Amino acid sequence: MTAATSSATSLRAEQDRGRRNAQNKEKWAQGRTYISAAVILIWCLAPAYWMVVTAFREVGFTYDTSILPSHVTLDNFNTAFDTSFGNRFGQALLNSVFIGGVVTLVSLVIGVFAAYALARLNFRFKYMVLGFILGASMFPGVALITPLFQLFTNIGWMGTYQALIIPNISFVLPLTVYTMTSFFREMPWELEESARVDGCTQGQAFRKVIMPLAAPAIFTTAILAFISSWNEFLIASQLSSDATQPVTVAIANFAGAQPNQVPYTAIMAAGTIVTIPLVILVLVFQRKIVAGLTAGAVK
Amino acid sequence: MATEVGPTPVKAPASGGAPIHHGPKGVGEDNKILSQGKWASWLLAPTIIALAVVIVYPIISAIVMSFQKDAGLDPATGLFTAGGPAGVQNYVNWLAQQCSAPAGGTVACPPGTLGAQFWSATATTFFFTVVTVTLETVLGFWMAMIMARTFKGRSMVRAAVLVPWAIPTAVTAKLWFFIFAFEGIANKLFNTSILWTGSEWPAKWAVVIADVWKTTPFMALLILAGLQMIPAEVYEAAKVDGATAWQRFRLITLPLVKPALMVAILFRTLDALRMFDLPYILTGGANNTTTLSILVINQIRQGFNAAAALSTITFIIIFLVAFIFVRFLGANVVEQSGATGKGKK
Repeated sequence: MTAATSSATSLRAEQDRGRRNAQNKEKWAQGRTYISAAVILIWCLAPAYWMVVTAFREVGFTYDTSILPSHVTLDNFNTAFDTSFGNRFGQALLNSVFIGGVVTLVSLVIGVFAAYALARLNFRFKYMVLGFILGASMFPGVALITPLFQLFTNIGWMGTYQALIIPNISFVLPLTVYTMTSFFREMPWELEESARVDGCTQGQAFRKVIMPLAAPAIFTTAILAFISSWNEFLIASQLSSDATQPVTVAIANFAGAQPNQVPYTAIMAAGTIVTIPLVILVLVFQRKIVAGLTAGAVK
Repeated sequence: MATEVGPTPVKAPASGGAPIHHGPKGVGEDNKILSQGKWASWLLAPTIIALAVVIVYPIISAIVMSFQKDAGLDPATGLFTAGGPAGVQNYVNWLAQQCSAPAGGTVACPPGTLGAQFWSATATTFFFTVVTVTLETVLGFWMAMIMARTFKGRSMVRAAVLVPWAIPTAVTAKLWFFIFAFEGIANKLFNTSILWTGSEWPAKWAVVIADVWKTTPFMALLILAGLQMIPAEVYEAAKVDGATAWQRFRLITLPLVKPALMVAILFRTLDALRMFDLPYILTGGANNTTTLSILVINQIRQGFNAAAALSTITFIIIFLVAFIFVRFLGANVVEQSGATGKGKK
């Protein structure tokens, strides 16, 4: 806005015009932000919404295109749990909860110590350990599956829960360790020092002072670990049996009454049941989860 | 700059300064490190042992297996073949697309068999990786830029992007299978009649679109976290100096967000290279959507050892890509302060 003229009045006029322009620009920018935000909302939510709407539609109206629910029914949810076509969705839900629970618990109990050491202690080979754990988290599942498939076949573990839990730990544990490590770094460690000045040992300081403070971080990590285990498909699709399969496998293999007709509405109902608890969990703990997701990578 | 904003979990605390000095007073520095090292090894032992059992053992076992012949009925000949050492034959078979011939020796694998699919699966895997990661980076960057602005309902948008991320991939695949059904909403919306999962390019794009939908939010959140580390004053100063919006983006945002961006791209690339669930469920690997991971899974029931060779090749490919990223593109995950330095150049 540097006016070429030397006259003060024209400079002021120029400045006024500039301010108006800036205001208009601001409004326009704000408007564009809202339009973009709306596009993001629709892009992210519309497909998920379509799943939920379809889950409530009568089978005869599977391909209905009305945006609001029409021909509403709860039958699809009954069909999802129906075992007469060989589906075991109810059992699979329990399996997923059980597998996810054990994997989360084991990973947290083991990982919390490692995270503490990595966040707080100074020792040799630290980079190596960090690199190893990070490398492990990027490890391709298929590189594990072949030897495990053979091993579990040989020792008769195929289709057992432990055959699903153990490989899952290899995916979840590294995630747990590095998420918790980054949380631990941001904690008020002066309190630990105070506790030690007051005569606590390092172990006591950890248990009595740090653990309660770390609880929210551990809880967030637990959610991330559980979601990761809940979503696992590769290992489960190969090593589970009908009795132990988790929901992801059950949904992928969902069969209908007619072999050549995909029971879309029932699958969407099953998908809704599997997804809703996660979505609620994620929305309630949104801030914490985003912090946990990005902690390991960016901060 | 990034060194100021909270230490990374993967950086030695020495660079952060404070933590090591919180130890008990009156203990010599050497003793302290020694005792901390002892502590650390006890605390780390369970994790290291667990990962050694579930990752290191399978890797070694897979490598050993990959040099063994598969025993059992040869699918090509119907004759029983004994196991035993195979040298690098399994690797040669995949890379040269050779199958064992009835008369002994090898011939080119007939089209349609798994052996004939190695290079097409590799090409498909890289196609998916390059296309999805590119789209996710561009879209994710755009989303992050929007979410970094202040406006009413921002927290709603930030919550909404978590929804695709939270939906299990298996469910995502089924959902998009339904959306892309012949009578599904995609065809109706665009007034087309494409058999999405029925021929090569529509099937590939169906996988790409579903994957981009599912994983862009993750990318966007990582980039957003990077954007939020840039202090507002830098932009103010640039504005005062008369930098245009494009200049501000190119000269401030891009270089300062680069370390976070590179890590996000690295994570997504490695994830895309092992892509399995989505194409496996959405298209069943038909119409040239078979990725390397799917090929390994299809091979397992036809012979462990050949599958082990293929999974080792897949592992090496992924390892090489990670190496290139870290070494040449400055995606330094283990020492992000270094990556920041490079980004500033």
